[in-house]
Amino acid sequence: MAKPGYDTICRIVGVEKAFGPNRVLRGIDLSIPGGQITVLMGANGAGKSTLVKILCGVHRADGGNIELTGDPFQPTSPAHAIKAGVVTVHQSINDGVIPDLDVASNLMLDDLNAPGAGFFVNEGRLREDAKRVAGAMGLDIDVRTQVADLGVAERQLIAIARAMAKQPKVLILDEPTSSLSATEAERLFTLLDRLRETGVAILYISHRMSDIRRIADRIIAMRDGQISGTFEDAPLDYEGAVTAMLGHAMTQVDIDIPDRGDPVLLLDDVQLSAQASPMALSVHRNEVVAITGLLGSGKTKLASVLFGITKPHAGTVMLDGQVYRPSSPEDAIRSGVFLCSKDRASNGVVPDFDIAQNLTLPFLTRHASLSFLNGGSERRTTNRMIDQLGIVCQSSADEIGTLSGGNQQKVMVGRWMAEASQLLVLDEPFQGVDIRARRDIGRTIRATADERATIVFVAELDEALEIADRIVVMSDETIVGEHRNDDVDLNAILAQVSGVAGANTPNDSNPSAHTP
Amino acid sequence: MTTDTRSTDTGVSRPLPPSVDRSQMLMNLAIRYGFLCLLLGLIVFFSLATNGFAGPRSAVFIFQSVAITGILALGVTCTLVVGGFDLSIGSVATSALMLSAYVMVVLEQSALVAVLACLLMGAFVGFINGILIVKMRVPDLLATLGMMFLLIGLQRIPTEGRSISTGMTLPGGEVAEGTFSNAFLWLGRHRFDFVLEDLIPVPVIVFLIVGILVWVFLELTRHGRLMYAIGSNERAAALAGTNVNRYKITAYMISGVLASVGGILLAARLGRGDIASGNNLLLDSVAAALIGFAVLGAAKPNAFGTAIGALFVGILLQGLTMMNAPYYTQDFVKGGVLVVALVFTFALSARKRGGGH
Repeated sequence: MAKPGYDTICRIVGVEKAFGPNRVLRGIDLSIPGGQITVLMGANGAGKSTLVKILCGVHRADGGNIELTGDPFQPTSPAHAIKAGVVTVHQSINDGVIPDLDVASNLMLDDLNAPGAGFFVNEGRLREDAKRVAGAMGLDIDVRTQVADLGVAERQLIAIARAMAKQPKVLILDEPTSSLSATEAERLFTLLDRLRETGVAILYISHRMSDIRRIADRIIAMRDGQISGTFEDAPLDYEGAVTAMLGHAMTQVDIDIPDRGDPVLLLDDVQLSAQASPMALSVHRNEVVAITGLLGSGKTKLASVLFGITKPHAGTVMLDGQVYRPSSPEDAIRSGVFLCSKDRASNGVVPDFDIAQNLTLPFLTRHASLSFLNGGSERRTTNRMIDQLGIVCQSSADEIGTLSGGNQQKVMVGRWMAEASQLLVLDEPFQGVDIRARRDIGRTIRATADERATIVFVAELDEALEIADRIVVMSDETIVGEHRNDDVDLNAILAQVSGVAGANTPNDSNPSAHTP
Repeated sequence: MTTDTRSTDTGVSRPLPPSVDRSQMLMNLAIRYGFLCLLLGLIVFFSLATNGFAGPRSAVFIFQSVAITGILALGVTCTLVVGGFDLSIGSVATSALMLSAYVMVVLEQSALVAVLACLLMGAFVGFINGILIVKMRVPDLLATLGMMFLLIGLQRIPTEGRSISTGMTLPGGEVAEGTFSNAFLWLGRHRFDFVLEDLIPVPVIVFLIVGILVWVFLELTRHGRLMYAIGSNERAAALAGTNVNRYKITAYMISGVLASVGGILLAARLGRGDIASGNNLLLDSVAAALIGFAVLGAAKPNAFGTAIGALFVGILLQGLTMMNAPYYTQDFVKGGVLVVALVFTFALSARKRGGGH
């Protein structure tokens, strides 16, 4: 129940929903107060997406009641929900913006659609109105910019600004930081702090602890279609919330750093672009190196250099003592360098394929003789990876689209772990996955690391600490720090990530003494 | 903070049980077998309603009527699989028709030379289409539309827009002495004995062989698998190490070669380089490939579906003709079938996929 001083804006009582025999929501009681940020936590499959879809009018509840400021609320369509004052910003950012239009048109899209909105567009007034909306949100963007030219973070903020222009009673944010870096997320949180003051009830869905610590006023944990815990007394019991969500307690991870083998990858004076400072890096067999940094710090560029998508501006890359200059992903794979790309929906998943077909895609020659595919061999490999990664599915012939995000990601990781590699590069392997899947993936990466060198690119420091033997920090397209992952100085890393350190003395902040 | 979950239980996420909902199951059955049932129903209906529909002669007639469009449709299926489209197939076929006639009648070459010239032409056109799309980044529909215009114009230039036949007067004033060789005409006119004497014409055999080859290639080989991957998510396929450009160009070359095969068979049946033939080839074969999406609920281009799609149209037209439906209603019927098939594919399959949560 809401604490005194905050009026309940939305009250949900006994809401039930089933898809066929599958009871997804089993009597949800929840109230969302105004002027507070209520965080809804839950592993994938806990039912939080279904609850959100009921609130925003995509699905209809089978039973129970929802009240919005005291009136019964039964949205029949998304448009209806928005009209009643429940606005949702979905996880997939591109659902919220139109890339080919400028910022002003995006912000004012609903006005353009409004009845009686005139036939001709008044560009000047449109821009003025848009500036007003952007200003109210503290957004500092030229409204004439094409949205296509903006980064993910800006698009996200625009989507939220547009939602807020409708002056909603309830604002629902579905995993809004899943593709943002730490600073970008901070911009979002600043905005949310402002919105909280306006008295809107905010329902924030996330399983990122750093987000939750930063902004939650209340935490609701969901598990198996039920509310498994409500936490609203300061200080919030985060561990209790995670326990309620997962059903068991969190404990500290202790990375057991093994002795590393011979160097596999050597970067010597590599420059990612003409302006970037040269960098050096060695990655060894039986070693997991996490490379962290903000969006635009050069992580993705380095990954594409390693995988033969782009060429470095200068410098040499050595693989196993030989000069390594891949001309294409095909070439890189042949040399034993595999890349599990970030953003699986656009770079990884083949939506028309089943699990086995997705998993075996890069190595079909191994499953074919004279080009003819051997289904049995494909199934065997797939089942091995399903067991190893704990992919939850009926069989290897399940359509990939029927899996949850975490399990889809496991298939993507499994795709590149099914065959032995010299160097395995994983770019944001924990993007958009729940904690359980994240643990499964991390554990498997570490358990199989002995025969290869492994690089993991992550924006979240938590994830780096959880998986790596060594943490390398990138900023401004070069390496600004290295830390052995035992008793690391978090403040030093954060300073390097944000570019405070390393600006003057990059070499001093490179404590190579830490690495054996 | 660094944390870990010591988990021993793994069965927390409940897998979705197979759909036992009755209406859902019926819907799935309808999507999967609806089109084949419709086909079967048509055959039964026409067999009862007309005299002589059920019989080997009539069956072969249907096959013959769809053989050439079917071969072209199988080619366009390959381009659809990689997420492309080939609008130039009709004009490649008519260009092959004119080219073979030109090679034999004007240049007085053998059947073998004529066939090889046509196949090379088809492969070359496909290659150029592929280069336009892959390297020049012209959208597939526009590139092949441009190629279609180009070829329709090109095939008229050598003969100043006239049909090619033995004894015609050439632009230079001399008379063309060459003839269609018997070996070439055999391709279009010979019939093999099967149950009855002189039953199955060569084009039908070619259609069946091409159909099986394309099916095997797309369904059973890794090349086919990679082509489907490209059509479904090109970036993902490229990042899995697939040479996307090479596969796309190959798909257009297959399409070009198969279209020229269709043109050769048409030329061999007609026995002259008829400038006005083959007008309907493009639309009919594209329709067959698109109808194929609906067969077995595939909701994607597939060789078996394409072949069934071509036969479906053939059976419907033959049946209606035998029931004295006038010829000018044919296009209307084809259009109707296509629209129904597209509804099957997109509306129903989309509903099936959107059924989860």
